[in-house]
Amino acid sequence: MGAGPTGYYAADHLFRQQAAVVAVDVFDRLPTPYGLVRAGVAPDHQKIKSVTAAFDKVAAHPRFRFYGGVEFGTHVRVEDLRRHYHQILYSTGAQTDRRMGIPGEDLRGSHAATEFVAWYNGHPDYRDRQFDLSQERAAVVGVGNVAVDVARILCRSPEELGTTDIADYALDALRKSRVREVYLLGRRGPAQAAFTNPEIKELGELADADVTALPAEVELDELSRAALERSPDRATQKKVEILREYARRSPTGRSKRLILRFLVSPVELRGGDAGEVVAMRLVQNTLEATATGALQARPTARFEELPVGLVFRSVGYRGVPLPGVPFNDSWGVILNERGRVLDPETRQPRVGEYTAGWIKRGPTGVIGTNKPDAAETVACMLEDLAQGRLLQPAEPDPAAAERLVRARQPGYVSYADWLRLDALEVARGRAAGRPRVKFTSVEEMRAALDR
Amino acid sequence: MNIASILASKGREVVTIGPRQTVRQALRVLVAHNIGALVVVGEADRPVGIVSERDIVREAARNERVFTRTVAAIMTKDVIIGQPQDDLSSVGHTMTERRIRHLPVMDGGRLVGIVSIGDVVKAQRDRYQGEVETLQTQLLGGRA
Repeated sequence: MGAGPTGYYAADHLFRQQAAVVAVDVFDRLPTPYGLVRAGVAPDHQKIKSVTAAFDKVAAHPRFRFYGGVEFGTHVRVEDLRRHYHQILYSTGAQTDRRMGIPGEDLRGSHAATEFVAWYNGHPDYRDRQFDLSQERAAVVGVGNVAVDVARILCRSPEELGTTDIADYALDALRKSRVREVYLLGRRGPAQAAFTNPEIKELGELADADVTALPAEVELDELSRAALERSPDRATQKKVEILREYARRSPTGRSKRLILRFLVSPVELRGGDAGEVVAMRLVQNTLEATATGALQARPTARFEELPVGLVFRSVGYRGVPLPGVPFNDSWGVILNERGRVLDPETRQPRVGEYTAGWIKRGPTGVIGTNKPDAAETVACMLEDLAQGRLLQPAEPDPAAAERLVRARQPGYVSYADWLRLDALEVARGRAAGRPRVKFTSVEEMRAALDR
Repeated sequence: MNIASILASKGREVVTIGPRQTVRQALRVLVAHNIGALVVVGEADRPVGIVSERDIVREAARNERVFTRTVAAIMTKDVIIGQPQDDLSSVGHTMTERRIRHLPVMDGGRLVGIVSIGDVVKAQRDRYQGEVETLQTQLLGGRA
């Protein structure tokens, strides 16, 4: 369940093993595959998206089938799957965002960064979202790579965006954007920021935006300095160097400014007369060490006010429970042990049900992190196969599963259909000098496929 | 990456024992769950120590009647407690430097899990493997 990177990695591991002849059906609620590689990875990061070529090789396996536009819980339920499959793997990712939990969070102009990301990437569920880009100042809360993506897309020039596969409507909206100042806000210091060096370096090379940081905030505090001396880490040292260099830069007259802030947390969003965000109240933090030596933010009594009309929170993703599948609410994942889904009462594995990827371990790591994660789950699947701990489907014939899908969702998209859509998108892009021009609604996709 | 991501796929609750139980009882629990350490909890389920295979071996080497001793008498009392948000790298460093094999994790006054040094090493290995995998794919343009 779920045709993101994890679904492909798991299928690949299953095809590569020698113990059994395996057929894999991958379902996705969207008509298109690749999960966050299509709907999450930023449009100006085409190189990262090139991983899809490896996914297509997996999909070319003769016993691989794709059922796009088929939703678990709506079109197929766990009882249906038990009738047709020996094993079920949930790889649905983390579909929702964490909230900041502060007053004013729901004012107009305050959004989840993930909604903005899905919108500019042409995710069919988000294409009708509205973002008020007539505002001049925006704040992005968080310093992970998603936060950096959002800040960067807001700061890109129309010319830069025009060569990407950003959704057409988003390109139009961003062309008219009046956003001039973007703040990226980290609650801890530069050494603890989750963004990676290539991402942060890219911010210094934007065509029409000056990047800057506050000198006092990019100097390491005593605790961070000591931690870095105890276990020297080149990547972190380099990260701090890059940020220090940004703090030394003076404006060069580019039309936008990106300001990186550290050791600050939003405590309230202030609203105007029409219920819109007009400002953000920030508290300044210091760092303190926990028992394990990890550094955490502690608020001080120093506050400041940042006038902003747009806020994007990017403080983490969270998994969404699947109907009929045990969920671990503490961690926002499917209740599991090493990928085996557990019964909540007995804490014993549920026969034939597995999980991998973000819905198994939470939203961490890069795309490739899901490969060892999927391998761990597949190892459990094969161990259970060897022990005979399998579902006993009444109709294991692949043709029977296909009949079920046809009956429940006649408009499903097969992999051959997807490859046609893909070729059409790329052809539309070629004419415009772009990697592709995406179809962003299910109707558009159906029409392109003559359905 | 923080240690919550390790606990997320461990699934089972922390195995605990009371301080007044015997070493024999502790051994049975260790064997039944195929694990190396138990969190010792006192009043209101608050951790008061940790008892590991190592503690039991040490006691056995000097005391023939090891089995009837209480857990409280042989446990390690000076226990470092982690929080779910603690960075994997800080935890790895502290466990390595201070020779800690098991780290109980508490969240809001509740014991929510235990992280072993093996878990930390595995999480770090998976993280590096993932990064290498991603870089390779990018270098080879998906032809990997």
